[in-house]
Amino acid sequence: MVIGLGHYLTVAAVLFTLGVFGIFINRKNVIVILMSIELILLSVNINMVAFSTHLNDIVGQVFALLILTVAAAEAAIGLAILVVFFRNRGSIAVEDVNMMKG
Amino acid sequence: MTVTAAFFYLFATITIASGFMVIASRNPVQSVLFLILAFVNAAGLFLMMGAEFLAMILVIVYVGAVAVLFLFVVMMLDVDFAALRQGFLQYLPFGALIGIVLLIELIFVVSAYVIDPGLVRAPAVPIPAADVMTNTEALGQVLYTRYFYFFQAAGLILLVAMIGAIVLTLRERVGVRRQDISKQNARTQETAVEVRKVPFRQGI
Repeated sequence: MVIGLGHYLTVAAVLFTLGVFGIFINRKNVIVILMSIELILLSVNINMVAFSTHLNDIVGQVFALLILTVAAAEAAIGLAILVVFFRNRGSIAVEDVNMMKG
Repeated sequence: MTVTAAFFYLFATITIASGFMVIASRNPVQSVLFLILAFVNAAGLFLMMGAEFLAMILVIVYVGAVAVLFLFVVMMLDVDFAALRQGFLQYLPFGALIGIVLLIELIFVVSAYVIDPGLVRAPAVPIPAADVMTNTEALGQVLYTRYFYFFQAAGLILLVAMIGAIVLTLRERVGVRRQDISKQNARTQETAVEVRKVPFRQGI
């Protein structure tokens, strides 16, 4: 049995769906939402590397590296905002994030 | 070939199962630990695809830095996580509907896609054979030459993220006694020491 492009794409598709599903069912918990975003980015990276291998082109891996960078920066900024928000409000529930509603 | 298939199914199954546990786990600390497991197994998948450098970076950056950052924040914030799971069942049907629709669409795409032969060009930068050049070397030769501006942009993004995180979480506390070097150096003997004549045998 040959493991081809389709197998990796299926894994990435399932992981992407799990990430989206996680955002929907954990609507109140920002930390789990951030983790779901990390899952989505991981699935995108799997897609990038799978196509890079399949098309024999290393540029896909370069861009996967850049996605990894952006994901790390996003996690750092997101968690920093979370810490500041918790310091100000004493809660991280998503429905409490309404200070800018006016 | 069967060994490859066995390892692929091992890594894929554990990745997907731990990805599911990330979103379904009751305790956020367990979620972070399952996220680490998912990343490690995705690194195994990367290894199988021949992207060794990205696999190692995934382990070092994600497991070593990002997941630990998550763990740190989860443990530092004193939050009642049980209360955050209140609407879990309420959102479950809607989320499941969207998830299933998305999954079916993606499976259709994956199972039925055809790459138009007219669109397949020669690769921009072909991957060299493993016995000619390692994956890390090949990646470096592309990243530092052809995609150098992207590399610098990535560095700038990380710099902005670092400065942003510091600025956001830096707290100016009042009433803290800090050492002020310029103030210390500006002190002279006249301003700092007061010489008094104390009468003999009378005290102050």
